[in-house]
Parts: sequence; structure tokens; C-alpha cells
Amino acid sequence: MSFLHRHKGLTPYLLLLPGILWLALFFVAPLGFLGYQSLQSGTFDTGYTFDWAFSNYWNAISDYHEQFVRSFVYAGIATILALLVSYPLVYWIAFRAGRWKNVFLILIVAPLFVTYLVRTLAWLNILADEGPVVGFLRDIHVLGPDGRLLATSVAVVAGITYNFLPFMALPVYVSLEQIDARLLEAAEDLYASKRQAFLHVTLPLSAPGIVAGTLLTFIPAAGDFINAQLLGTPRQYMVGNVIQSKFLDVLDYPSAAALSFILMALILVGLLAYARAVGTERLTG
Amino acid sequence: MSTPITRRQLVERGAAGLTLLSLPGLLAACGGSSGGGGGELADVLRFSNWPLYIDYDEKAKTHPTLDQFTAKTGIKVEYFEDINSNAEYFGKIQRPLSQGQSIDRDIIVLTDNERFLGLMIDKGWVEELDKDLIPNFTNLIDAQKSPPFDPDRKYSLPWQSGMTGIAWNEKITGPVTTVTQLFEDPKLKGKVTALNGMGDTPGLVMLDNGDDPSNVTDETWNAAVERIQSAVDSGQIRRFTGNDYAQPLSQGDLAAAIAWSGDIYQLLSSNPSLKWALPTKGGIIWTDNMIIPTGGSVPTASTYMNFVYDPKIAAQITAYVAYVPPVSGTQAVLQKSDPELAKSQLVFPSDEVLAKTHQYDSAALNNQDYIEQWQRVLGA
Repeated sequence: MSFLHRHKGLTPYLLLLPGILWLALFFVAPLGFLGYQSLQSGTFDTGYTFDWAFSNYWNAISDYHEQFVRSFVYAGIATILALLVSYPLVYWIAFRAGRWKNVFLILIVAPLFVTYLVRTLAWLNILADEGPVVGFLRDIHVLGPDGRLLATSVAVVAGITYNFLPFMALPVYVSLEQIDARLLEAAEDLYASKRQAFLHVTLPLSAPGIVAGTLLTFIPAAGDFINAQLLGTPRQYMVGNVIQSKFLDVLDYPSAAALSFILMALILVGLLAYARAVGTERLTG
Repeated sequence: MSTPITRRQLVERGAAGLTLLSLPGLLAACGGSSGGGGGELADVLRFSNWPLYIDYDEKAKTHPTLDQFTAKTGIKVEYFEDINSNAEYFGKIQRPLSQGQSIDRDIIVLTDNERFLGLMIDKGWVEELDKDLIPNFTNLIDAQKSPPFDPDRKYSLPWQSGMTGIAWNEKITGPVTTVTQLFEDPKLKGKVTALNGMGDTPGLVMLDNGDDPSNVTDETWNAAVERIQSAVDSGQIRRFTGNDYAQPLSQGDLAAAIAWSGDIYQLLSSNPSLKWALPTKGGIIWTDNMIIPTGGSVPTASTYMNFVYDPKIAAQITAYVAYVPPVSGTQAVLQKSDPELAKSQLVFPSDEVLAKTHQYDSAALNNQDYIEQWQRVLGA
């Protein structure tokens, strides 16, 4: 106690210490190792040596730009779809569900109680060629008689959207739920129509939730590989599939590490651009 | 996990741990390194295997042969069904093994038509079997006595074998018995999958091309890969799978698939419309092998291997898993207890069928160029 009395300025740092140690041990150290590995060359049989092999990065980009682009396109579409689906849903829950709010929230979160893999496997049944969805789409001639959903981009994007929906829905719900109802009353008193009240009051106030939700959805979706692997074909493979194959099958750790770093860098750049566009105060609420 | 590291170890590792790089090593060391490759029989056998790959009593929720082993030797068994893919399992264990640490397993089971089994042996990450403790070694069938990756069977013993061939769903299509039909018949377009193993799909295609998969050359390899690639490009092959072809094939999303014999035998009880055959130009035979990873207890593992090479024990396992047993005398035991199974060509292929099966070239499995080309065909 007396030590802290004498060195009052240290207190915040001591409070930060556990978090910093945690991050240093489980984030910075592995990341440093990965960075080191990404600049090695050699093969698994002969062993890898560190020699500033920046060529790993150039090769990764020239060989796999297609998968990078696909990852961001799929993740982007899935994020927008997740927002379009979840916004009206949580809007209704926040303002209209009354005492059933918690029940509906649990229903949104419930799929997360089941493992990710099992949830994705369930989509194999939902979208099966002889299943109800494809049958219906064939009946209304959206799909031809031999049309299918499985093993197409549609299935992969649908799977990603479904799997990350709760991460969009929950932050949006929280920001909607916090809106002071009196502000909406005030807007109506000032002769705003319902639509104007929504556009000028509700939507801006829920923006922090939308921003948080977009990030929580887009970032993991861009690195996802399960959906492409199970619901897609090699033509739908994303950069996550490439990294997995480099790490586990080819045993080319430097390339896998370089690919991971490029993905991380691209996401960071995207994040900064996004923060710039929407303004940082929205990011932090 | 129960053994704390000693103070001396801690000091030694602490010094090394000052550098960033050995942090993962230090963490791994906290996992404990009990057992040790020592010469004494341990109380517990730690055994990692694939799911559904040993006899199981659904009612009692026990593995009868493992219980019999404990009753006979007093050695308890910690049985882990934690191997789902050779690549993933290897990815998990390679770091501790490369740093000379034990992975807390006495036996693990890896497949000979993927590169990882040969890699474990080449890297010296396995212990030598104690043949004095395995008198039943004489029951190993002749065909398995001298595989290319371990010519004297110093480090490995087969667990079960299986065949790679073509399965089809009778409700959707007539018999599919050649790779040509599988890859080119327009009626099957988009309703076909192929296995993602390098030894499986390229092996079958080589046979169809009239080439020898046990002796792969650049020419035969390229011919096979080009054929597979064009079947992907034309949309004939829907995707590449592990054993996840089973469900879509069973529910009719797939008409046919390159498939493993044992999977189909197990599915037959619930779906009699599934058929499996070796292609007319031949199929691939592969074997899952038991090995002792570095640090595992050699006497304990060897004692167990001897136990399962008793045909009476092997028969109990075969009766459940329905793969091809490597232990001679198993069929004779089953003729009394399960004559139906003893007759199955999927489990006890006749000499005629066996003559049509080929082992895939184990050197080609480790050819870095082939590996990268194959991953490209797989889409990554």
C-alpha cells in the first residue's frame, strides 16, 4: 500500500499489466513468430531458414489474388445481407416485442450454442438438391430442372451470412435498445413523419451498432474457410482455404504465414478507410 | 499433465525462453513430458485413433477389446478418437515432435497413402517397435510385410486396410464402374465427387489411363492431373471430399463418388441402394498404420500391438469396423461368429480382387511439385 502511495502514477500501469502480459504472450509473441516465419525459405524436408524472403509475399499475391478478391467480395455481400436481414428483425424486437424481448434475443443467439461446423453441415441438408428449398425454387422456375444451390457461390454466401448474423444483430440491437423513446416523441411533436423520424433520429443513433456489427461480421467472414469448403467447390475457395492447405497439406509454413499477414494487412487497411469514411466517433459510439 | 516440470528444467527453459521464439516451446513444455521413451511397462496406454475405428458396445458404452486388454495385462487404456485427418493431426503434433518433446501418446494411427506417415519415419519422430514383445507379428499378412516406407516393419504395424473405388447410388444411376464413366458421362454431370487424397483420386485415374500408380513418373502424374482438372473445369466433378461424401451420396445429391470400401459397408445397413465396386481397371489399397511417436512407451505399445495381432481380438474389431484386417486367421474366426461378414468382398477381398488393387507410390506422395500441383487442382 505504502509503495502505491509513494508512486501514485504507477497505478494505471499496474492495472494495465495483466492485459498487456496477456496480449504480449498470446498475441504479440505468436504474431512475431508468424512474421519471422513468413520471411523464411526452404522446404519442410530440408528445414526452413530465415533469409528475409520477401518473395513469399510477392508470390502469394500473384498466385492467389483471385482468392483474396473473392474473400472480400463474399464477406462484403454477406455483411450487407446480414445487415438487411437483422436490422428490421432487431428493430422489431427492440421496439415492439415488449416482454418477449429476451426470448427473441435468446432465439437469435441460440444457434451459437451449436458448433460452427454442425451449423454449416445443417445447410448441406437445407440446400440439398432434393431438399425443400431447391424443390421450391425449381417449381417457381427460379432454378432450372437441373439447377442446384449446393456447390455454388450462392450457397457459400448464404452460409456465411447465416453463420455471422448474430454478430450483426446483437450490436445493432444494443444501440437501438438504448435509444431514448422521448427523442422519437419529440420528433413527432415537431411534425416529423414516421419515415423522417426513422431517418433522422433512429438510424443515426443506431449507427455505432451498425458499424460495430459490420466489423464483427466482415472481419471473421473474410478469413472464413469452412463455408467455402463445405458448401462450395474449388471455384468458391477463399483465401482461408489456401492458408489452410498451405499449412496442413503442403507444409509450406512461410507461404501460409505470408498469406495470413497479407490478409491481416488488407483487413487493417480496409478498417482504416472505413473508420475514416464513417468517422471514428461512430466506431467508439 | 500431472507431472510438474522440475526446477532445473524450469531454469533451463527459462533461460531459453528469454528469446521470443522458444515461447511456444515453453508453453508446450507445460503440457508435461511424462511417459518417456523408457524401457518399462507403463500403467496406462495412451492411444490416438480415428473415430468409429474400434469395436464399441453401444449399450455398455465400452470398447470390449480394450477392456479385455486391461483385464489381461493390467494396463489401462486412455483411448482418444482425435484423428480426423492425417494432415490436421500431423499439423498438431509436428511442433512438439520437432523440438524433441513427447506428445503424450504411445500409439497413433496414420495412413500410408498420404505423405505424413512416411514423413514421421524419415524425420525420426517414431520409436522402434520391440519385436520381442510382439510374437504375434508372424500373423501379419504377407502383402503387408515390406511396405516401401518401412521395408522391415521396424516402426509400424498395420491397423486396418481399405480400398479406394467407386460408389454409386442405385436410385439415381446405373452401375458406375470406370473412371471414364465417372468423369465423362453427361448424365452424371455435377453429381460426382472425388477424394482429396493424393493417393486416391490420381491413383484411380492412373489405373484408368493404363499407368502404374505404384511407380509414378512425371508423365503419368501429369496425364492424371490434366484429366482430373478437365473434369473439374467441365463441371463434372462437383467437389473434392474427405469422407463427407457419405451423406450427400446417401441422400441422392450425388449419383456417384470416389469412395472408401469400409464407409460404404457401414452405410449399407441404413441405405441398401448404395453400391461400391473396384473400377474394372483396378483400384487403390491403403493401410492405416500404428506407430509409436517419440517419447511413447515402447514396451506398453508393443504389448498392445501383440494383443491386437491375436486373430480372436482382430476378429472382434473387424466385426465392428468392417475394414480389411491385416491379421491372418481373422476370416477363420469370423466364419463361426459372423459368417455374413466373413463372406463380404469389401472386408475379405478374394485373391482375384486383391490382384486388381495397387498401392500408391510412397515417394510420389512426398514430391513437393506434385503436392503443390495437386493442391491447385483442389482449388487452393
